[in-house]
Amino acid sequence: MTATLRRILQAVPLLLLISILVFALIHLAPGGPLAIYLENPNVTPADLERLRRSLGLDRPLPVQYLSWLAGFVTGDWGFSFSDGRPVMTRILERLPATLELVTASLVVALLITLPTGVIAAVRRRSAVDRAIVTLTVAGISLPAFWFGLLLQLVFAVWLGWLPSSGRTSLLSSGFGDRLQHLVLPATVLALLHAAAWTRYLRSAMGQVLSQRFVLAARGRGLPERRVRYHALRNALLPFATVVLLDAAIMVSGAVVTESVFAWPGLGGLFTEALARRDYTVLMAFLMLSSTAVVVLNLVADLSYRLLDPRVRS
Amino acid sequence: MSGAPADRAAFRRMAVVVGACLVIALIAPLLSPYAVDASDLTLRRQAPSATHWFGTDDLGRDVLTRVLHGARVSLAIGLLAALLSSALGAAVGAVAGFAGGRIDAALMRLTDTVLAVPRLPLLMILAAILQPSIPLLIVLVAAVGWMETARVVRAETLSLVTRGFVEAASALGLSRPGILRRHLLPNVMHLVVVSATLAVGRSMLMESALSFFGVGVQPPAASWGNMLYQAQGSMTSEPWLALFPGLAIFVTALAVNLAGDRLTEPA
Repeated sequence: MTATLRRILQAVPLLLLISILVFALIHLAPGGPLAIYLENPNVTPADLERLRRSLGLDRPLPVQYLSWLAGFVTGDWGFSFSDGRPVMTRILERLPATLELVTASLVVALLITLPTGVIAAVRRRSAVDRAIVTLTVAGISLPAFWFGLLLQLVFAVWLGWLPSSGRTSLLSSGFGDRLQHLVLPATVLALLHAAAWTRYLRSAMGQVLSQRFVLAARGRGLPERRVRYHALRNALLPFATVVLLDAAIMVSGAVVTESVFAWPGLGGLFTEALARRDYTVLMAFLMLSSTAVVVLNLVADLSYRLLDPRVRS
Repeated sequence: MSGAPADRAAFRRMAVVVGACLVIALIAPLLSPYAVDASDLTLRRQAPSATHWFGTDDLGRDVLTRVLHGARVSLAIGLLAALLSSALGAAVGAVAGFAGGRIDAALMRLTDTVLAVPRLPLLMILAAILQPSIPLLIVLVAAVGWMETARVVRAETLSLVTRGFVEAASALGLSRPGILRRHLLPNVMHLVVVSATLAVGRSMLMESALSFFGVGVQPPAASWGNMLYQAQGSMTSEPWLALFPGLAIFVTALAVNLAGDRLTEPA
């Protein structure tokens, strides 16, 4: 119990360090958060000064940091520089599209990973294993945006089977239509992750298969299917940890895919905000995605402790 | 290179691939009859043909020539960023593992912090703010890529310091920096080589992603990423503009990663 508590408390300083990094990143830039207005001829120095004061940017940096942090923790994420709406509103309206894409990709990636990873581990060093491993290397070498553009070209432009971008059509927005829009971006995101996950599952399962209890099970004459089932169950725990962590990274990793397919999610919001130097949105995006990583890391660690008696002692 | 013969073979294969790419990049002007910026406005947006194997772009420049020249930028960034990030990671990991105590705790908290912030968005913000030149771009790509190496090297160092030969060196009066340099670093090198190999492909993909979003290598310099950035609008009418630079990224990353894969698990 105290170990669990200690692990939870460890996340707090980490989050504080991340917040300092994010704050420093934006505020130590030359020209500060208002740099983009410096190039605008319609904004006079007096305007700039007024803006600076109204946003509280004239205060000392530590004061600004503390008030930003306090605001962030209490859910006051400030207002978007580009359209003046609350940052939280902008993020919440984009979240469902990203969650939809990430969930679909997660399911597809797991459907690919589980069979291929297990087959590769069981048939280690066979031709099948080698083919799978080579394919996974290809997967991690694939530039996501280029792959996305190619899929768009082939399946949307040339074959006309699927819509090339967006989340729904202008006129219809039924389930079938939304599913069609989901296919291409989810495929890109799923394949990229399936490649990494298959490698991981293969090595995790391979490790379990070389352990003594597997040998003992075989020695007792347990059918090979049962042996593999046991091994898989043991390999699934570390594998689930990796998947959980990757799911957090997927949300922000969708930046590229969402931009290629004009998917109206958080990734799209991020690239828009980047183009307009919308710093309040960028800071909130970085903080939220880092927090998601830290929290899911914590969840993975704790559930590991809960599920695996070997870690507990 | 130390290690098993299979390691060495894999390393040699990688060296051959990277060497071939480098040679192609270096002699790019000799391979192509066109100059990299020579535009022929009468031959704009030509599909691939016998005279222009990869076609021409919207300014009538030869795409094959630009892909060959782009190799210089993309490979330079991939190789140098990988080298820099691995050196940084090895240094952080070895010092943390060897020094222990507060230094270890501080370095590992730093590692955890950078590791928790999503890599590509962080890099995109850095690049958008700093508008980096190519050397600075290399530093930035390395700055977000050293953490995994640091962790692996630290773990290995921690297990090495308990071993007899390190204790012996210490008992014989070798200074602590001496032990680090003479006994620890050589013994973690194999891990650093593996992570550096994998970092080459990743760094190249990072560069191309940054350039694809217009915050990486700036035109008129050609990199594979910024050629894709310029091509994405005309994907339907001139697909060759996007096809070839992307293929170059994919094939190079694949070659390097396959070599890295053989290094981690000799076949």
